[in-house]
Amino acid sequence: MSEIKRITTPFTEEQARSLRAGDRVLISGVLLTGRDAAHKRIAETLKAGEPLPVDLRDQIIYYVGPSPAKPGAVIGAAGPTTSGRMDVYVPGFLRDLGLRGMIGKGYRSQPVRDALQEYGAVYFGAVGGLGALLSKRIQSAEVVAYEDLGPEAIYRLEVEEFPVVVVNDAYGGDAYREGTAQYEADEEEEAA
Amino acid sequence: MKPNGIEGVCYNVARTKVIFLPEFRFPEPLSRIPMRDIHAQQITDTVKQLCIDMCYHVSDDFLAALERAVEREESDTGREIMRQILENAKIAKEEGIPACQDTGYTVVFVDVGQECHIVGGDLSEAIHEGVRQGYTEGLLRKSIVAHPLDRVNTRDNTPAFIHTRIVPGDRLKITVAAKGGGSENMSRLSMLKPSQGVEGVKEFVLQAVKEAGPNACPPVIVGVGIGGDFEICAELAKRAILRPVGEPAPNPTDAKLEAELLDQVNRTGVGPGGFGGSVTALAVHVESFPTHIVSLPVAVNMQCHSTRHKEAEL
Repeated sequence: MSEIKRITTPFTEEQARSLRAGDRVLISGVLLTGRDAAHKRIAETLKAGEPLPVDLRDQIIYYVGPSPAKPGAVIGAAGPTTSGRMDVYVPGFLRDLGLRGMIGKGYRSQPVRDALQEYGAVYFGAVGGLGALLSKRIQSAEVVAYEDLGPEAIYRLEVEEFPVVVVNDAYGGDAYREGTAQYEADEEEEAA
Repeated sequence: MKPNGIEGVCYNVARTKVIFLPEFRFPEPLSRIPMRDIHAQQITDTVKQLCIDMCYHVSDDFLAALERAVEREESDTGREIMRQILENAKIAKEEGIPACQDTGYTVVFVDVGQECHIVGGDLSEAIHEGVRQGYTEGLLRKSIVAHPLDRVNTRDNTPAFIHTRIVPGDRLKITVAAKGGGSENMSRLSMLKPSQGVEGVKEFVLQAVKEAGPNACPPVIVGVGIGGDFEICAELAKRAILRPVGEPAPNPTDAKLEAELLDQVNRTGVGPGGFGGSVTALAVHVESFPTHIVSLPVAVNMQCHSTRHKEAEL
Protein backbone atom coordinates (compact mmCIF):
# COMPACT_ATOMS: atom_id res chain seq x y z
CA MET A 1 0.00 0.00 0.00
CA SER A 2 1.17 3.52 -0.78
CA GLU A 3 2.63 5.78 1.89
CA ILE A 4 0.12 8.07 3.58
CA LYS A 5 0.26 11.76 2.68
CA ARG A 6 -1.09 14.60 4.80
CA ILE A 7 -2.61 17.88 3.73
CA THR A 8 -4.06 20.79 5.62
CA THR A 9 -6.73 23.03 4.13
CA PRO A 10 -6.77 25.48 2.48
CA PHE A 11 -4.37 23.92 -0.02
CA THR A 12 -2.75 25.28 -3.14
CA GLU A 13 -2.73 24.29 -6.79
CA GLU A 14 0.90 23.22 -6.36
CA GLN A 15 -0.09 20.86 -3.51
CA ALA A 16 -3.00 19.55 -5.55
CA ARG A 17 -0.68 18.79 -8.45
CA SER A 18 1.62 16.83 -6.12
CA LEU A 19 -1.09 14.24 -5.47
CA ARG A 20 -1.62 11.18 -7.65
CA ALA A 21 -4.56 8.82 -8.13
CA GLY A 22 -4.36 6.04 -5.54
CA ASP A 23 -2.53 8.15 -2.92
CA ARG A 24 -3.94 7.72 0.56
CA VAL A 25 -4.34 11.10 2.21
CA LEU A 26 -5.27 12.33 5.68
CA ILE A 27 -6.90 15.75 5.55
CA SER A 28 -6.89 18.16 8.51
CA GLY A 29 -8.38 21.62 8.76
CA VAL A 30 -11.68 22.89 7.40
CA LEU A 31 -14.08 21.16 5.01
CA LEU A 32 -17.20 22.82 3.65
CA THR A 33 -20.18 20.58 3.05
CA GLY A 34 -22.46 20.90 0.07
CA ARG A 35 -24.65 18.69 -2.05
CA ASP A 36 -27.41 18.92 -4.64
CA ALA A 37 -29.48 21.80 -3.26
CA ALA A 38 -26.52 23.90 -2.05
CA HIS A 39 -24.75 23.48 -5.39
CA LYS A 40 -27.87 24.54 -7.22
CA ARG A 41 -28.21 27.63 -5.05
CA ILE A 42 -24.54 28.62 -5.39
CA ALA A 43 -24.82 28.29 -9.17
CA GLU A 44 -27.96 30.44 -9.21
CA THR A 45 -26.29 33.08 -7.00
CA LEU A 46 -23.28 33.17 -9.32
CA LYS A 47 -25.50 33.52 -12.35
CA ALA A 48 -27.36 36.42 -10.73
CA GLY A 49 -24.00 38.08 -10.03
CA GLU A 50 -24.67 38.21 -6.29
CA PRO A 51 -22.07 37.62 -3.55
CA LEU A 52 -21.65 34.08 -2.21
CA PRO A 53 -22.07 33.31 1.51
CA VAL A 54 -18.81 31.31 1.57
CA ASP A 55 -15.40 31.64 -0.08
CA LEU A 56 -14.49 28.40 -1.84
CA ARG A 57 -11.01 29.42 -3.02
CA ASP A 58 -8.49 26.63 -2.31
CA GLN A 59 -11.10 24.85 -0.20
CA ILE A 60 -12.49 21.33 -0.27
CA ILE A 61 -16.22 20.60 -0.54
CA TYR A 62 -17.34 17.41 1.20
CA TYR A 63 -20.47 15.90 -0.36
CA VAL A 64 -22.34 14.87 2.76
CA GLY A 65 -25.78 15.15 4.29
CA PRO A 66 -25.27 14.11 7.92
CA SER A 67 -27.90 12.55 10.13
CA PRO A 68 -28.99 14.69 13.12
CA ALA A 69 -26.49 14.85 16.01
CA LYS A 70 -27.29 13.21 19.33
CA PRO A 71 -27.44 15.66 22.25
CA GLY A 72 -23.85 16.58 23.12
CA ALA A 73 -22.41 15.09 19.91
CA VAL A 74 -20.69 17.18 17.22
CA ILE A 75 -22.52 15.57 14.31
CA GLY A 76 -24.47 12.44 13.39
CA ALA A 77 -23.34 9.84 10.88
CA ALA A 78 -21.44 11.66 8.14
CA GLY A 79 -20.20 9.54 5.25
CA PRO A 80 -19.90 10.64 1.61
CA THR A 81 -22.77 10.73 -0.86
CA THR A 82 -22.61 9.96 -4.60
CA SER A 83 -20.58 12.71 -6.30
CA GLY A 84 -21.89 12.32 -9.84
CA ARG A 85 -25.02 14.31 -9.07
CA MET A 86 -22.87 17.41 -8.58
CA ASP A 87 -20.84 16.91 -11.79
CA VAL A 88 -22.73 19.49 -13.78
CA TYR A 89 -21.67 22.30 -11.41
CA VAL A 90 -18.03 21.35 -10.89
CA PRO A 91 -16.18 22.77 -13.92
CA GLY A 92 -17.73 26.19 -13.24
CA PHE A 93 -16.84 26.08 -9.51
CA LEU A 94 -13.22 25.15 -10.31
CA ARG A 95 -12.90 27.87 -12.94
CA ASP A 96 -14.81 30.74 -11.32
CA LEU A 97 -14.49 30.08 -7.59
CA GLY A 98 -11.07 28.48 -7.31
CA LEU A 99 -12.41 25.35 -5.59
CA ARG A 100 -9.42 23.03 -5.05
CA GLY A 101 -10.87 19.69 -3.98
CA MET A 102 -13.94 17.56 -3.46
CA ILE A 103 -14.64 14.54 -1.28
CA GLY A 104 -17.36 12.08 -2.20
CA LYS A 105 -17.88 8.60 -3.53
CA GLY A 106 -18.39 7.23 -7.02
CA TYR A 107 -17.38 8.00 -10.57
CA ARG A 108 -16.99 11.52 -12.02
CA SER A 109 -17.87 12.61 -15.55
CA GLN A 110 -15.30 13.29 -18.25
CA PRO A 111 -15.89 17.09 -18.09
CA VAL A 112 -15.10 17.00 -14.36
CA ARG A 113 -11.93 14.94 -14.90
CA ASP A 114 -10.84 17.31 -17.67
CA ALA A 115 -11.47 20.34 -15.47
CA LEU A 116 -9.35 18.85 -12.66
CA GLN A 117 -6.43 18.73 -15.07
CA GLU A 118 -7.04 22.20 -16.43
CA TYR A 119 -7.38 23.98 -13.08
CA GLY A 120 -5.13 21.79 -10.91
CA ALA A 121 -7.63 20.28 -8.48
CA VAL A 122 -8.31 16.88 -6.95
CA TYR A 123 -11.28 14.56 -6.38
CA PHE A 124 -10.88 12.51 -3.22
CA GLY A 125 -12.90 9.38 -2.50
CA ALA A 126 -14.02 8.43 0.97
CA VAL A 127 -15.53 5.00 1.52
CA GLY A 128 -19.31 5.17 1.20
CA GLY A 129 -21.33 3.82 4.10
CA LEU A 130 -18.79 4.57 6.85
CA GLY A 131 -20.98 7.26 8.36
CA ALA A 132 -20.39 6.35 12.01
CA LEU A 133 -16.63 5.82 11.63
CA LEU A 134 -15.97 9.00 9.64
CA SER A 135 -17.99 11.13 12.07
CA LYS A 136 -15.24 10.46 14.65
CA ARG A 137 -12.79 12.52 12.56
CA ILE A 138 -15.01 15.59 12.71
CA GLN A 139 -14.15 17.93 15.60
CA SER A 140 -16.76 20.64 15.06
CA ALA A 141 -19.67 21.44 12.79
CA GLU A 142 -21.51 24.71 12.28
CA VAL A 143 -23.95 25.86 9.65
CA VAL A 144 -22.48 28.75 7.64
CA ALA A 145 -25.09 29.14 4.90
CA TYR A 146 -28.50 27.99 3.63
CA GLU A 147 -29.74 26.78 7.01
CA ASP A 148 -33.21 26.31 5.53
CA LEU A 149 -31.89 23.35 3.51
CA GLY A 150 -31.66 21.17 6.65
CA PRO A 151 -29.22 18.28 6.06
CA GLU A 152 -28.30 19.97 2.75
CA ALA A 153 -27.18 23.25 4.36
CA ILE A 154 -23.52 24.31 4.02
CA TYR A 155 -21.63 23.32 7.16
CA ARG A 156 -18.12 24.28 8.14
CA LEU A 157 -16.49 21.14 9.51
CA GLU A 158 -13.20 21.04 11.35
CA VAL A 159 -11.61 17.67 10.72
CA GLU A 160 -8.56 15.86 12.02
CA GLU A 161 -6.87 13.28 9.79
CA PHE A 162 -9.94 12.63 7.67
CA PRO A 163 -9.07 9.51 5.61
CA VAL A 164 -9.48 9.69 1.83
CA VAL A 165 -7.94 8.28 -1.34
CA VAL A 166 -7.12 10.39 -4.41
CA VAL A 167 -9.56 9.12 -7.03
CA ASN A 168 -9.09 11.65 -9.84
CA ASP A 169 -5.86 13.65 -9.93
CA ALA A 170 -4.74 16.60 -12.04
CA TYR A 171 -3.14 14.26 -14.60
CA GLY A 172 -6.13 12.19 -15.74
CA GLY A 173 -5.48 9.35 -13.27
CA ASP A 174 -8.48 7.44 -11.93
CA ALA A 175 -8.07 5.17 -8.90
CA TYR A 176 -11.45 3.46 -9.37
CA ARG A 177 -10.87 2.51 -12.99
CA GLU A 178 -7.22 1.57 -12.47
CA GLY A 179 -8.04 -0.48 -9.35
CA THR A 180 -10.89 -2.28 -11.07
CA ALA A 181 -8.75 -3.06 -14.13
CA GLN A 182 -6.03 -4.46 -11.88
CA TYR A 183 -8.36 -6.99 -10.26
CA GLU A 184 -10.59 -7.75 -13.22
CA ALA A 185 -10.27 -11.48 -13.90
CA ASP A 186 -10.65 -12.40 -17.53
CA GLU A 187 -12.22 -15.84 -17.73
CA GLU A 188 -10.61 -16.64 -21.07
CA GLU A 189 -7.18 -15.73 -19.75
CA GLU A 190 -7.65 -18.03 -16.78
CA ALA A 191 -8.75 -20.85 -19.02
CA ALA A 192 -5.70 -20.45 -21.28
CA MET B 1 -77.13 -1.90 -4.68
CA LYS B 2 -78.38 -4.75 -6.75
CA PRO B 3 -82.14 -4.79 -7.05
CA ASN B 4 -83.60 -7.93 -5.55
CA GLY B 5 -83.76 -10.94 -7.76
CA ILE B 6 -81.97 -9.39 -10.74
CA GLU B 7 -79.04 -11.15 -12.35
CA GLY B 8 -77.20 -10.19 -15.50
CA VAL B 9 -75.70 -6.96 -16.89
CA CYS B 10 -76.83 -3.48 -15.86
CA TYR B 11 -75.31 0.00 -16.12
CA ASN B 12 -74.76 2.18 -13.08
CA VAL B 13 -74.95 5.97 -12.93
CA ALA B 14 -71.35 6.39 -14.08
CA ARG B 15 -72.29 4.47 -17.26
CA THR B 16 -69.87 1.66 -16.38
CA LYS B 17 -70.98 -1.86 -16.90
CA VAL B 18 -71.80 -3.79 -13.73
CA ILE B 19 -72.11 -7.52 -13.79
CA PHE B 20 -74.39 -9.06 -11.14
CA LEU B 21 -73.61 -12.61 -10.17
CA PRO B 22 -76.10 -14.97 -8.57
CA GLU B 23 -76.07 -14.47 -4.81
CA PHE B 24 -73.37 -16.55 -3.12
CA ARG B 25 -74.67 -19.00 -0.55
CA PHE B 26 -72.32 -20.29 2.14
CA PRO B 27 -72.22 -24.08 2.32
CA GLU B 28 -74.15 -25.29 5.37
CA PRO B 29 -73.29 -25.46 8.16
CA LEU B 30 -71.63 -22.07 7.89
CA SER B 31 -68.24 -22.22 9.59
CA ARG B 32 -67.03 -18.81 10.70
CA ILE B 33 -63.40 -18.37 11.63
CA PRO B 34 -62.99 -15.78 14.39
CA MET B 35 -60.89 -12.76 13.42
CA ARG B 36 -57.85 -11.82 15.49
CA ASP B 37 -57.75 -8.13 16.40
CA ILE B 38 -54.56 -6.11 16.01
CA HIS B 39 -54.60 -2.51 17.14
CA ALA B 40 -53.16 0.14 14.81
CA GLN B 41 -51.16 1.49 17.76
CA GLN B 42 -49.29 -1.83 18.03
CA ILE B 43 -48.35 -1.48 14.36
CA THR B 44 -47.13 2.09 14.85
CA ASP B 45 -45.06 1.16 17.93
CA THR B 46 -43.54 -1.82 16.14
CA VAL B 47 -42.62 0.10 12.98
CA LYS B 48 -41.10 2.88 15.07
CA GLN B 49 -38.87 0.45 16.98
CA LEU B 50 -37.88 -1.45 13.83
CA CYS B 51 -36.85 1.81 12.12
CA ILE B 52 -34.53 2.80 14.95
CA ASP B 53 -33.09 -0.67 15.50
CA MET B 54 -32.32 -1.34 11.85
CA CYS B 55 -30.51 1.98 11.33
CA TYR B 56 -28.19 1.41 14.29
CA HIS B 57 -27.60 -2.27 13.47
CA VAL B 58 -26.28 -3.48 10.14
CA SER B 59 -27.86 -6.92 9.62
CA ASP B 60 -25.97 -9.66 11.51
CA ASP B 61 -26.10 -12.13 8.62
CA PHE B 62 -24.48 -9.53 6.36
CA LEU B 63 -21.70 -8.74 8.86
CA ALA B 64 -20.99 -12.46 9.40
CA ALA B 65 -20.71 -12.98 5.64
CA LEU B 66 -18.45 -9.92 5.35
CA GLU B 67 -16.17 -11.19 8.09
CA ARG B 68 -15.85 -14.55 6.34
CA ALA B 69 -15.03 -12.80 3.05
CA VAL B 70 -12.14 -10.64 4.33
CA GLU B 71 -9.55 -13.35 3.74
CA ARG B 72 -10.82 -13.94 0.20
CA GLU B 73 -10.08 -10.34 -0.74
CA GLU B 74 -6.83 -10.07 -2.70
CA SER B 75 -6.36 -6.30 -2.43
CA ASP B 76 -4.73 -4.81 0.70
CA THR B 77 -6.87 -1.70 0.35
CA GLY B 78 -9.93 -3.90 -0.13
CA ARG B 79 -9.27 -5.85 3.06
CA GLU B 80 -8.70 -2.62 4.97
CA ILE B 81 -12.01 -1.22 3.72
CA MET B 82 -13.83 -4.40 4.75
CA ARG B 83 -12.37 -4.12 8.25
CA GLN B 84 -13.46 -0.48 8.36
CA ILE B 85 -17.00 -1.51 7.43
CA LEU B 86 -17.01 -3.99 10.33
CA GLU B 87 -15.59 -1.33 12.67
CA ASN B 88 -18.19 1.18 11.47
CA ALA B 89 -21.01 -1.25 12.26
CA LYS B 90 -19.56 -1.84 15.72
CA ILE B 91 -19.39 1.90 16.50
CA ALA B 92 -22.97 2.40 15.29
CA LYS B 93 -24.26 -0.44 17.45
CA GLU B 94 -22.35 0.52 20.58
CA GLU B 95 -23.05 4.24 20.42
CA GLY B 96 -26.60 4.06 19.08
CA ILE B 97 -25.99 6.13 15.95
CA PRO B 98 -26.90 5.36 12.35
CA ALA B 99 -24.35 3.16 10.58
CA CYS B 100 -24.84 5.30 7.47
CA GLN B 101 -26.16 8.84 7.32
CA ASP B 102 -28.47 7.82 4.48
CA THR B 103 -31.16 6.11 6.49
CA GLY B 104 -33.00 5.63 3.29
CA TYR B 105 -36.36 5.20 1.79
CA THR B 106 -38.29 3.29 4.44
CA VAL B 107 -39.55 0.26 2.56
CA VAL B 108 -42.16 -1.72 4.46
CA PHE B 109 -43.34 -5.18 3.47
CA VAL B 110 -46.50 -6.26 5.24
CA ASP B 111 -48.00 -9.74 5.12
CA VAL B 112 -51.51 -9.48 6.52
CA GLY B 113 -53.06 -12.77 7.58
CA GLN B 114 -56.58 -12.94 6.20
CA GLU B 115 -57.97 -13.77 9.63
CA CYS B 116 -56.40 -10.69 11.10
CA HIS B 117 -58.52 -7.62 11.76
CA ILE B 118 -56.91 -4.21 12.16
CA VAL B 119 -58.73 -2.00 14.64
CA GLY B 120 -58.25 1.53 15.94
CA GLY B 121 -56.94 3.09 12.75
CA ASP B 122 -55.92 2.30 9.22
CA LEU B 123 -52.96 0.13 8.33
CA SER B 124 -51.09 2.53 6.04
CA GLU B 125 -51.43 5.52 8.35
CA ALA B 126 -50.30 3.37 11.30
CA ILE B 127 -47.14 2.50 9.36
CA HIS B 128 -46.46 6.08 8.27
CA GLU B 129 -46.87 7.21 11.88
CA GLY B 130 -44.34 4.60 13.02
CA VAL B 131 -41.85 5.88 10.44
CA ARG B 132 -42.52 9.48 11.46
CA GLN B 133 -41.87 8.72 15.15
CA GLY B 134 -38.92 6.42 14.54
CA TYR B 135 -37.05 8.80 12.26
CA THR B 136 -37.68 11.78 14.52
CA GLU B 137 -36.92 10.19 17.89
CA GLY B 138 -34.11 8.00 16.56
CA LEU B 139 -32.33 11.03 15.02
CA LEU B 140 -32.37 9.38 11.61
CA ARG B 141 -31.99 11.47 8.47
CA LYS B 142 -35.14 12.56 6.68
CA SER B 143 -34.53 11.95 3.00
CA ILE B 144 -37.93 11.97 1.32
CA VAL B 145 -39.21 14.78 -0.90
CA ALA B 146 -42.94 15.22 -1.42
CA HIS B 147 -42.82 15.51 -5.22
CA PRO B 148 -40.02 14.27 -7.49
CA LEU B 149 -39.88 17.60 -9.35
CA ASP B 150 -40.75 20.16 -6.66
CA ARG B 151 -38.39 18.38 -4.22
CA VAL B 152 -39.63 19.75 -0.91
CA ASN B 153 -38.56 17.54 2.03
CA THR B 154 -41.44 16.03 4.02
CA ARG B 155 -39.21 16.37 7.12
CA ASP B 156 -40.27 13.09 8.73
CA ASN B 157 -39.19 10.53 6.08
CA THR B 158 -42.81 9.72 5.23
CA PRO B 159 -44.38 8.31 3.25
CA ALA B 160 -43.16 4.79 3.82
CA PHE B 161 -42.98 2.70 0.64
CA ILE B 162 -45.46 -0.02 1.51
CA HIS B 163 -45.98 -3.41 -0.16
CA THR B 164 -48.93 -5.33 1.27
CA ARG B 165 -49.84 -8.96 0.67
CA ILE B 166 -52.83 -10.87 2.03
CA VAL B 167 -51.66 -14.28 3.26
CA PRO B 168 -53.23 -17.21 5.12
CA GLY B 169 -53.34 -17.11 8.92
CA ASP B 170 -54.12 -14.59 11.65
CA ARG B 171 -50.71 -12.93 12.05
CA LEU B 172 -49.35 -9.68 10.70
CA LYS B 173 -45.73 -9.75 9.64
CA ILE B 174 -43.87 -6.47 9.12
CA THR B 175 -40.45 -6.21 7.48
CA VAL B 176 -38.88 -2.77 7.44
CA ALA B 177 -35.85 -1.92 5.30
CA ALA B 178 -33.78 1.28 5.13
CA LYS B 179 -32.84 1.46 1.48
CA GLY B 180 -30.07 3.94 0.72
CA GLY B 181 -30.48 6.16 -2.32
CA GLY B 182 -26.96 5.63 -3.69
CA SER B 183 -27.43 1.93 -4.29
CA GLU B 184 -31.09 2.28 -5.26
CA ASN B 185 -30.05 4.69 -8.03
CA MET B 186 -27.84 2.02 -9.56
CA SER B 187 -30.75 -0.43 -9.95
CA ARG B 188 -31.84 -1.39 -13.46
CA LEU B 189 -34.71 -3.13 -15.28
CA SER B 190 -34.94 -4.43 -18.82
CA MET B 191 -37.49 -6.36 -20.84
CA LEU B 192 -35.23 -8.87 -22.61
CA LYS B 193 -36.22 -11.08 -25.51
CA PRO B 194 -36.81 -14.72 -24.54
CA SER B 195 -34.13 -15.72 -27.06
CA GLN B 196 -31.53 -13.86 -24.99
CA GLY B 197 -32.04 -16.50 -22.30
CA VAL B 198 -29.78 -17.01 -19.33
CA GLU B 199 -26.80 -15.44 -21.10
CA GLY B 200 -28.79 -12.26 -21.67
CA VAL B 201 -29.76 -12.15 -17.99
CA LYS B 202 -26.14 -12.62 -16.90
CA GLU B 203 -24.87 -9.96 -19.26
CA PHE B 204 -27.47 -7.49 -18.00
CA VAL B 205 -26.65 -8.14 -14.33
CA LEU B 206 -22.90 -7.86 -14.90
CA GLN B 207 -23.35 -4.63 -16.82
CA ALA B 208 -25.36 -3.20 -13.93
CA VAL B 209 -22.66 -4.16 -11.41
CA LYS B 210 -19.89 -2.63 -13.54
CA GLU B 211 -21.83 0.58 -14.14
CA ALA B 212 -22.60 0.85 -10.42
CA GLY B 213 -18.93 0.43 -9.49
CA PRO B 214 -18.18 2.47 -6.34
CA ASN B 215 -21.55 4.26 -6.46
CA ALA B 216 -23.49 1.32 -4.99
CA CYS B 217 -21.13 1.04 -1.99
CA PRO B 218 -19.72 -2.47 -2.50
CA PRO B 219 -19.43 -5.18 -1.27
CA VAL B 220 -23.07 -5.40 -2.29
CA ILE B 221 -25.90 -7.89 -2.30
CA VAL B 222 -27.21 -8.10 -5.86
CA GLY B 223 -30.96 -8.68 -5.91
CA VAL B 224 -32.15 -10.07 -9.23
CA GLY B 225 -35.74 -10.53 -10.35
CA ILE B 226 -36.51 -12.55 -13.46
CA GLY B 227 -39.97 -12.98 -14.95
CA GLY B 228 -43.32 -11.57 -13.94
CA ASP B 229 -44.35 -8.37 -15.67
CA PHE B 230 -42.70 -4.94 -15.33
CA GLU B 231 -43.58 -4.19 -11.72
CA ILE B 232 -43.53 -7.72 -10.33
CA CYS B 233 -40.02 -8.14 -11.73
CA ALA B 234 -38.81 -5.06 -9.86
CA GLU B 235 -40.45 -6.18 -6.64
CA LEU B 236 -38.86 -9.64 -6.95
CA ALA B 237 -35.44 -8.01 -7.12
CA LYS B 238 -36.14 -5.95 -4.04
CA ARG B 239 -37.54 -8.85 -2.06
CA ALA B 240 -34.48 -10.91 -3.06
CA ILE B 241 -32.17 -8.66 -1.04
CA LEU B 242 -34.14 -9.43 2.12
CA ARG B 243 -33.25 -13.12 2.03
CA PRO B 244 -30.58 -14.17 4.58
CA VAL B 245 -27.21 -13.48 2.91
CA GLY B 246 -26.04 -16.40 0.80
CA GLU B 247 -29.07 -18.64 1.38
CA PRO B 248 -29.67 -20.27 -2.02
CA ALA B 249 -32.95 -19.78 -3.89
CA PRO B 250 -35.42 -22.66 -3.48
CA ASN B 251 -35.72 -23.09 -7.24
CA PRO B 252 -32.69 -25.06 -8.59
CA THR B 253 -32.51 -23.00 -11.81
CA ASP B 254 -32.34 -19.80 -9.78
CA ALA B 255 -29.83 -21.27 -7.32
CA LYS B 256 -27.53 -22.29 -10.17
CA LEU B 257 -27.79 -18.83 -11.70
CA GLU B 258 -26.95 -17.28 -8.32
CA ALA B 259 -23.74 -19.28 -7.96
CA GLU B 260 -22.60 -18.56 -11.51
CA LEU B 261 -23.42 -14.87 -11.27
CA LEU B 262 -21.65 -14.44 -7.92
CA ASP B 263 -18.49 -15.84 -9.43
CA GLN B 264 -18.75 -13.53 -12.43
CA VAL B 265 -19.63 -10.44 -10.35
CA ASN B 266 -16.53 -11.03 -8.24
CA ARG B 267 -14.41 -11.17 -11.40
CA THR B 268 -15.39 -7.64 -12.43
CA GLY B 269 -12.62 -6.26 -10.21
CA VAL B 270 -14.82 -3.51 -8.68
CA GLY B 271 -13.94 -4.60 -5.13
CA PRO B 272 -14.69 -3.05 -1.72
CA GLY B 273 -15.51 0.64 -1.99
CA GLY B 274 -14.94 0.36 -5.75
CA PHE B 275 -11.16 0.76 -5.34
CA GLY B 276 -10.45 -2.58 -7.00
CA GLY B 277 -10.56 -6.07 -5.55
CA SER B 278 -12.01 -9.53 -5.66
CA VAL B 279 -14.97 -9.13 -3.28
CA THR B 280 -17.55 -7.01 -5.11
CA ALA B 281 -20.62 -8.89 -3.85
CA LEU B 282 -21.21 -11.16 -0.89
CA ALA B 283 -24.20 -12.77 -2.56
CA VAL B 284 -26.41 -12.72 -5.62
CA HIS B 285 -30.02 -13.55 -4.79
CA VAL B 286 -32.36 -14.47 -7.63
CA GLU B 287 -36.15 -14.59 -7.37
CA SER B 288 -38.25 -15.73 -10.31
CA PHE B 289 -41.91 -15.70 -11.33
CA PRO B 290 -43.92 -16.99 -14.32
CA THR B 291 -43.98 -14.64 -17.27
CA HIS B 292 -45.56 -14.10 -20.71
CA ILE B 293 -44.57 -16.15 -23.77
CA VAL B 294 -43.01 -13.07 -25.41
CA SER B 295 -41.21 -11.70 -22.32
CA LEU B 296 -38.08 -12.10 -20.26
CA PRO B 297 -38.09 -9.24 -17.76
CA VAL B 298 -34.97 -8.86 -15.60
CA ALA B 299 -34.43 -6.39 -12.76
CA VAL B 300 -31.37 -5.69 -10.63
CA ASN B 301 -31.75 -4.04 -7.23
CA MET B 302 -28.47 -3.15 -5.57
CA GLN B 303 -28.12 -3.41 -1.81
CA CYS B 304 -25.13 -1.51 -0.40
CA HIS B 305 -22.97 -2.88 2.42
CA SER B 306 -25.07 -0.89 4.87
CA THR B 307 -27.67 -3.66 4.74
CA ARG B 308 -30.40 -2.73 7.17
CA HIS B 309 -33.69 -4.55 7.61
CA LYS B 310 -35.65 -5.94 10.54
CA GLU B 311 -38.87 -7.83 10.91
CA ALA B 312 -41.51 -8.48 13.53
CA GLU B 313 -44.67 -10.56 13.74
CA LEU B 314 -47.76 -9.38 15.56
